Amino acid sequence: MTASDGDGGASAVDLSLMEPVFQKYSGQPGALIPILQKAQDIYNYLPAEVLQLIAERLGIALSKVYGVATFYAQFYLERRGKHVLKICDGTACHVKGTPALITAVEEEFNVRPGETTLDGELTLEVVYCIGSCALAPATVLDGRVMGRMRPTQLLQHLRRHVSKTSVQET
Amino acid sequence: MGEQTNVRIVEDAALTSTKDLPSQWIAVCMGTGCVSSASAEVRQALIQELERHGLSSQVEVRRTGCFGFCAAGPIVVIHPDETFYTRVTPADVKDIVEQHILANRRVERLMYRDPVTKVPIEKWYEIGFYSKQQRIVLHNCGIIDPENIDHYLAREGYQALHKVLSEMTPDQVIDEVIRSGLRGRGGGGFPTGLKWKITRQTPRWPKYVICNADEGDPGAFMDRSTLEGDPHSVIEGMIIAAYAIGARYGYIYCRAEYPLAIHRLQVALDQARQRGFLGGNIRGFDFSFDLYIKEGAGAFVCGEETALMASIQGDRGNPWPRPPYPAVSGLWGQPSNVNNVKSYAYVPHIIRLGADWFKQLGAPDNPGTAIFALTGMVNNTGLIEVPMGITLREIIYDIGGGIPDGRKFKAVQTGGPLGGCLPEAYLDTPVDFDSLCAAGAVMGSGGMIVADETTCMVEFAKYFMRFACDESCGKCPPCRIGSTRMLETLECITAGLGTLEDLDYLRYLANGMQKGSLCALGQLAPSPVMSALRHFEDEFRAHIEERRCPAGKCHALITYEIIADLCTGCMVCARNCPTNAIRGEKRQPHVIDPALCERCGLCKELCKFDAIVVR
Repeated sequence: MTASDGDGGASAVDLSLMEPVFQKYSGQPGALIPILQKAQDIYNYLPAEVLQLIAERLGIALSKVYGVATFYAQFYLERRGKHVLKICDGTACHVKGTPALITAVEEEFNVRPGETTLDGELTLEVVYCIGSCALAPATVLDGRVMGRMRPTQLLQHLRRHVSKTSVQET
Repeated sequence: MGEQTNVRIVEDAALTSTKDLPSQWIAVCMGTGCVSSASAEVRQALIQELERHGLSSQVEVRRTGCFGFCAAGPIVVIHPDETFYTRVTPADVKDIVEQHILANRRVERLMYRDPVTKVPIEKWYEIGFYSKQQRIVLHNCGIIDPENIDHYLAREGYQALHKVLSEMTPDQVIDEVIRSGLRGRGGGGFPTGLKWKITRQTPRWPKYVICNADEGDPGAFMDRSTLEGDPHSVIEGMIIAAYAIGARYGYIYCRAEYPLAIHRLQVALDQARQRGFLGGNIRGFDFSFDLYIKEGAGAFVCGEETALMASIQGDRGNPWPRPPYPAVSGLWGQPSNVNNVKSYAYVPHIIRLGADWFKQLGAPDNPGTAIFALTGMVNNTGLIEVPMGITLREIIYDIGGGIPDGRKFKAVQTGGPLGGCLPEAYLDTPVDFDSLCAAGAVMGSGGMIVADETTCMVEFAKYFMRFACDESCGKCPPCRIGSTRMLETLECITAGLGTLEDLDYLRYLANGMQKGSLCALGQLAPSPVMSALRHFEDEFRAHIEERRCPAGKCHALITYEIIADLCTGCMVCARNCPTNAIRGEKRQPHVIDPALCERCGLCKELCKFDAIVVR
């Protein structure tokens, strides 16, 4: 149930944007991870063509690039939603009520953790500890930390910021 | 403990120099906690308000690192009065300037109130939260602007480095650190000086100095706050370590989830380079060293030192077997010294004030202080620095202010997902590496999470096991398969499908993981489950034998019910129920259909009449 369909294929990815990145890191040892990070900054996720290009330009196997990209939680191989909601399930948040927050968003937007709504509006992520434990339970909507959240409050926020078109379909 | 360890005494005796600070200034906490409760807006409003009154040149508004008392944020402190204002909003700024700054009248409504007597407390050091703390690593947090190297220099910054370069040989530096008894603050407690010595003695070059700032424990933010509040202290410690072991380059491996810490580190590195504390021939001496930030990419296992180095090399963060230890063969196969953020941050103080000064702090064999992120079910959540040897009870009740809403304490978890929990009977255990270990918990890197009677210990243990299972790198089978099987077993128990044999099975799996796993993640991941089982076996048995969750948390074992006598039929719950499980006529008592109910608890939260209960 992800919104990766309708990409329009390879034509959507402008590979030339990667050139300055390769220039900056050329010849540096251990550059694969920073290159992937920069690529994701550019494309918002890691398209298959970009992984292929990185493998060619660094002269390493695509399997190695793929292995690293799938190992770290930071990297996404699929296009993400217009809005990203991270719900912190670190210990402090967990004991202060994260599970109820997750259930509330799941029910309202018909989306599971790690997925994007069918209309491509919202990606729901459950993360371990964003380090704002004193504000538990904490959520991050599009990079903005919202602390001491309760399910009703969170849904109010989301209704205000995220349009809800096709979310009732399954 | 007690009269001699007050923050102010330590500060005045050894560490504080406020010589270059203007007489009147306002500190605004810009740590991540306060920033997320809008302290940046408060700071902006203060600047504008002072400007409006023509006071900009007389009163400085300073961005500082974390004060630690995150529960009361955003925090604003007026100097030199040291008046501590809590939960400040931009709307309060007018009063602060017009009453406090202009009329010298305190704004009482913004002061912290004693939770018992309700009397407002003006000075920060008179608040219970700070009274038993002893701030060494954090002594600049809340005082200096972390993005201004001059502030650090005004507080004896880089003096230890100067002393090392001008008067000490590398061996003397190592001897001093060994003599201080400093133990690694990443959790292991290995003597820091000894690690340096082994790295120095390995006859291969280049050597590397690495700072482990991959603070991945859920519920822990000590390293982040240190880096955000006083980045130069860590950098200075690393330069001294590099001099001692003979390294030319170093890396700080920091979680990408900490953008503010990375930003402040980068600013600090640039400034240090500009002033000649980093680079070729540091301050004109025959010693060169440079330091780079490596951003992690979101993998808990990279907090393990060999996995961390694999990640710096650009690989998957898979640990490799030790020995050889990094001191012998580390990054790119070269001798490497890996220490935690806090371990490095102690070093400038130890060099400047001497090993003897450090040794008299804290407890025997456990000198110095401990930094904890105190979170969970405790009134005063935040970051604390306490002398080693303080008891858990003092931390939770005197500093933490006890459990909210008069609920009962149940357990405290130290060491996060690789640590253990301790019940009430252990509250008088002194907090140090050896005592916590003997009690069956660990010091860990500094997360301390308090659980109260509403926390289900089986669910709590399951939570940590799910974390370990998600974060297992998958390289070695005991960890990969063991954690999965332990999680499945715990899921059965919380779903009401457990048997008593499951408890033995958990112990069997834990034993295998502890003995057979490659790195600390797999070896220690069973600890939360085992400690919960040791201290709270009753709760496990209630789930199995009675199909009951005593804390009312495990969804499969509880039902939400509406008490007909209390229900007014207002329909708020029915309208908001995501699964339409609540039925009833207007102004008539409602009923929850347990078959449809998802047990999300939304109805209970919304009910104004306390008519919904968990059974």
